[in-house]
Amino acid sequence: MTELLGNKRAIMTLVGPALLIYTAVMLVPVFWSAGYTLTSGNAITGYHFVGLANFRELLSDPNIRTALSFTLRYAVVLTIAQVVAGYLLALFYVFILKRASALIRTLMFFPIVLPTVAVALMFQNLFAIAPVNGPVNSLLQAVGYHAIDWFGTAGHAFWIIIIMDTWRSMGFYAVLLYAGLVDIPESVIEAARIDGATGLRLVRHVVLPLSFPVLLAALIFSINGTLKVFDSILALTNGGPGNATTPLTLYMFNTSFSYDEYGYGATIAFLLTVICLIVTLALYRWSRTSGEEVAS
Amino acid sequence: MRKVLQDRRLRIGLAGAAAISLLTLTACGGSGSSTTTNSTTTPGSTSSGTAAAGPSDPSTFTFLNITEDPTVGEEMKGLAQGACSTENKALPLVVENVPQASLDQKLLLLAGQNALPSMYAAGNAPATTKTLVQGGDVVNFQTELTKLGVINDVEPAAISSIDSLFGGFYVLPTQLNIEGIFYNKKIFAQDGISVPQTWSQLVADAATLQAKGVQPFSASGQQGWPITRLISGYLERDLGPSALNAVASGAAKLTDPQYVAAAQAVASLGAKGYFGKGVESIDYNTSVNTFLTGKAAMLYMGSWVLSSIATPSSDTIGAGNIGFMPFPNVTGGKGNSDQWPANVGLAYTLNAKTLGPKSQAWLKCIVQNYGYASLKTYDTFTGFVSNPAVTGLTPLETQVQNIISSTKQSVLWFEALFSTQATTVSQQDAAPLVNGSMSPSAFMSAVQAALTTT
Repeated sequence: MTELLGNKRAIMTLVGPALLIYTAVMLVPVFWSAGYTLTSGNAITGYHFVGLANFRELLSDPNIRTALSFTLRYAVVLTIAQVVAGYLLALFYVFILKRASALIRTLMFFPIVLPTVAVALMFQNLFAIAPVNGPVNSLLQAVGYHAIDWFGTAGHAFWIIIIMDTWRSMGFYAVLLYAGLVDIPESVIEAARIDGATGLRLVRHVVLPLSFPVLLAALIFSINGTLKVFDSILALTNGGPGNATTPLTLYMFNTSFSYDEYGYGATIAFLLTVICLIVTLALYRWSRTSGEEVAS
Repeated sequence: MRKVLQDRRLRIGLAGAAAISLLTLTACGGSGSSTTTNSTTTPGSTSSGTAAAGPSDPSTFTFLNITEDPTVGEEMKGLAQGACSTENKALPLVVENVPQASLDQKLLLLAGQNALPSMYAAGNAPATTKTLVQGGDVVNFQTELTKLGVINDVEPAAISSIDSLFGGFYVLPTQLNIEGIFYNKKIFAQDGISVPQTWSQLVADAATLQAKGVQPFSASGQQGWPITRLISGYLERDLGPSALNAVASGAAKLTDPQYVAAAQAVASLGAKGYFGKGVESIDYNTSVNTFLTGKAAMLYMGSWVLSSIATPSSDTIGAGNIGFMPFPNVTGGKGNSDQWPANVGLAYTLNAKTLGPKSQAWLKCIVQNYGYASLKTYDTFTGFVSNPAVTGLTPLETQVQNIISSTKQSVLWFEALFSTQATTVSQQDAAPLVNGSMSPSAFMSAVQAALTTT
């Protein structure tokens, strides 16, 4: 085995084809796209070199500030919401439902397999105010409150998106975290119980530290997914009201494909890539140090 | 030596694989700027590739329409079965649909690959159509219809409107619309309201209606343009018919106080609740249905809505109960209600790169027969001469037809001369403007900023 892996030709033969395909389908488009950041124009009128003009526009564009602020707020709030909800569900499966959790797990996982557009339409109707009140507004009126125009203001629309995406994804995170929780040896839990740890104390001092690695994986998974949100917002609010719920991805899409500015669209994509890279590196760094602390 | 040979084989193998990958990439890659150098005589990608100098026909006469308005597609199918059956036999019609919101993206992608269909909806704003003209993807109908001997089958007023909007006769006038306010005569009579002549009277009437529990206006905030049309209406009555040309030329800015005042006037209608609840959630069909089922007293709309009015299943109040009035005057303003906003509806054009002899035959047939068929079947006025003339129009249709033929000066809609970006910003911010989450000055600043950056 050592002889095989020490042979450079063997390594090249084994890794070469995969590397070539990866280069062709991943690296070339990435660098191609990076090249567009220095151009202006579109597929019809052609492209011309503009130097760093797109980056200068990026710094002065007020829409970028709005989109960036929304993207970061959305990523942080939704990551917390879906990981916490998923973790609570996983605890519920392991410690309360125990072996009877299969049906509930399946039901909670179900929303993730539904088409995003169908879920968005359902939530649009749930929170509708016109032409007729949806169930939420009907309920509010039944208990004596005024109907709320949920999609009319930025604040309300933001929270509807968070509620919808949490509902969709918490079942998935619950299953992910459940897999981590069932790996904790029963004997450790039993020993902690004998020592007098129950309820919240048991979770805080035994379960949480032991499930930390899988929790961290869920966190990284979630933050990267939420930074790149696109379909659920496009289907639910289309970035509105105005551009109040427009994330960077939707702004990039509109800039490239509706406003015909491929160069500036690629520049926004570049910004998003840099943000994802920074966040991922920061999380990995944090996970290494936190992992060492947990281990010690 | 053996090792060297093996290494060389490996290198050759790797180099070969790299070359194949590059070739694949080159084949998959877009043509980029090369599309601009293709002349309008380049045959379409699906052409049969004859040695002739002119474009050649594809295998089908594909028509790309928008999902929201199937009328033109249905009319084309009607022609294919009737007046244009010979042309359809030679080059069969295929109708495809795309949601209107995705139309511009689809067109740009297809144009970038030289894969535009024979006939297509040419973008949501004149700016998109102009880009396609630049790319040589659009037929110059002035030249082509003159060559085919059917230029006189198009109303001169329609050609003039198209010229001013698109910089040439580049789209077919499948509609020739005027815009104004449709009102429910029964509600007006019940509440003792006469047709308002001025903006102040319109606002006072709206207050009366609201007080009596009737929603004064129905408008689609999801589309946005039914709201921004009110802003352009106010501007053109207040500052004169060239108010928006001044913005396009840079002589005026939307952030100038007199322009912001127009946005303020419309925003205050929203602040008083005259558009009803949840205006941003109301789509086009809901806004029209709200009016046609008697739940709102007024609807700002183009004459294309006559086809919905003529459909008994959607119009429960009846065509006889619907009146049509111009946008009212603004007291002391430079414009007047004889100046009607006019347009040719969604732009439809033909692909210059696939206009072979069979497609030319289709074009000739459309120009000669579309006007009559459209008015007869869908009660929609077009810029084509109706031959023979259609009889049996309702009084409302006759009123609109008379206005179209007697209008001496038409005015533009709010986004007519805007870039695609400014059009999007204007229409997506219209609902926040009337629901109070965006101030009039912020609205005008956002649109002006989008105009300036493009």
